[in-house]
Amino acid sequence: MCTTCGCGAGETRIEGEHDHDHAHQHEHEHVAADGTVYRHVHAHTTHSHAQGHTHVHRHADGSEHLHEHEHTGEHGHGHEGHVHAHRHADGTVHSHQHGHGHGDLHDYDHGETHEHVHAEADLIDFGTGPAGAHAPGMTQAKMVQIERDILSKNNDYAAGNRVRFDELGVFALNLVSSPGSGKTTLLIRTIESLKGRLPVAVVEGDQQTSFDAERIRSTGARAIQINTGKGCHLDAHMVGRALDQLGLEEGSALMIENVGNLVCPAAFDLGEAHKVVILSVTEGEDKPLKYPDMFRAASVMLLNKVDLLPHLTFNAKLAIEYARRVNPELKVIHTSSTTGEGFDEWLAWIEQGVVAQRARRADSIAAMKGRIAALEAELARLKR
Amino acid sequence: MHEMSLAEGILQVVEETAHAQGVSRVRSVRLEIGQLSSVEVEALRFCFDAVVRDTLAQGAHLEIDAVPGAGWCMQCAQTVPLAALYEACPRCGSYQVQPTAGLEMRVKDMEVD
Repeated sequence: MCTTCGCGAGETRIEGEHDHDHAHQHEHEHVAADGTVYRHVHAHTTHSHAQGHTHVHRHADGSEHLHEHEHTGEHGHGHEGHVHAHRHADGTVHSHQHGHGHGDLHDYDHGETHEHVHAEADLIDFGTGPAGAHAPGMTQAKMVQIERDILSKNNDYAAGNRVRFDELGVFALNLVSSPGSGKTTLLIRTIESLKGRLPVAVVEGDQQTSFDAERIRSTGARAIQINTGKGCHLDAHMVGRALDQLGLEEGSALMIENVGNLVCPAAFDLGEAHKVVILSVTEGEDKPLKYPDMFRAASVMLLNKVDLLPHLTFNAKLAIEYARRVNPELKVIHTSSTTGEGFDEWLAWIEQGVVAQRARRADSIAAMKGRIAALEAELARLKR
Repeated sequence: MHEMSLAEGILQVVEETAHAQGVSRVRSVRLEIGQLSSVEVEALRFCFDAVVRDTLAQGAHLEIDAVPGAGWCMQCAQTVPLAALYEACPRCGSYQVQPTAGLEMRVKDMEVD
């Protein structure tokens, strides 16, 4: 568990999913050279084979790929690169070449989701060659250049989510704030105000309970709850799984209500178009300076519960000044879910985002159609 | 912040690289951590030692290269040193400074057997 904030791995639950987690084991089949078939489930650990053999991976969709390799030692067997095709749960197929170590590179999850990590093409080995081929008496230690972001895995999932949003023209927002800033109430008023104008779906993140998703569903909007368990933030993988359950509507808005926390969610890209930070006037005006990462990561700040300002000593001007110290580009809207103040501006901003996102999708479809027409013309020319 | 998640992220990158390269043991891992990245280095070391237990990086030494913060000051139109995200330009006092360095959280390289 995180020593700072209590964040830890595991215990994530997504409504509609099975309780058990497949992420750390996979079943696969080996066919040895003598024809013996080994079918086994194994966990996310290294394993070794006594001798060289050919083996088959059979994916959930029935596709197979075959490759040969030799083993020498007790290491997780890295083998020669090979080309193979994967069919993902959504039906897309991609083919690629890679060398990989069994078990660990393939974070296999046959049947439900398919997590596949590509071997990095940009690995540069500054060693003296493969271990074992070194000059006698020399140390076998070598340097391996990596140059990858620590959060690269999350960022890969976020990029995947972003592709899904772009393909469907979905405008996704990641709503972040402290607990109690009024996120859920604001969302409900937002959804009700947009009824008949724009379809809105919601992903709710909380450590426990599905209270918030139930509140959202009572408005008639689609909502799915993610319980992060010990986790203090949503990550892109959780959101991707929630999207599988939720189903996205073309040209809609998706609101992702993150776990109430002004620290950790700042670092985790979920694939959203923008982060929207909500600061309520019942908090301190110095919060942007206390939690600068979040205010820097956001594009918009909603200064919420402004109907309470007459009863408080909160200095709104100072809060905005602090927020813009951290993020000079920050757009600020004063909102109140009670009186509806600022909602015209807030809703207009969402609608503009949706229109822009739909236009991008239309552009990419037009570009694709143009390309198809060009290819068909080329084909017709060749047939002549 | 969330140093445990970061430590797990480091281990993922290290394990993926190790398996791609057929490496059996990792002796040390070098990171590049920007001074504006809000990573608590001591907490990260603690979490790293905990997550690498029973992996091929067990006991690996964690080397951390700190990257100083810097930003582009729009008033001065030049790069200035930046000690924190909310700090003013040390030359002109303006807050119109966009961070350009110091946000890094990268695994640079590792020493392996």
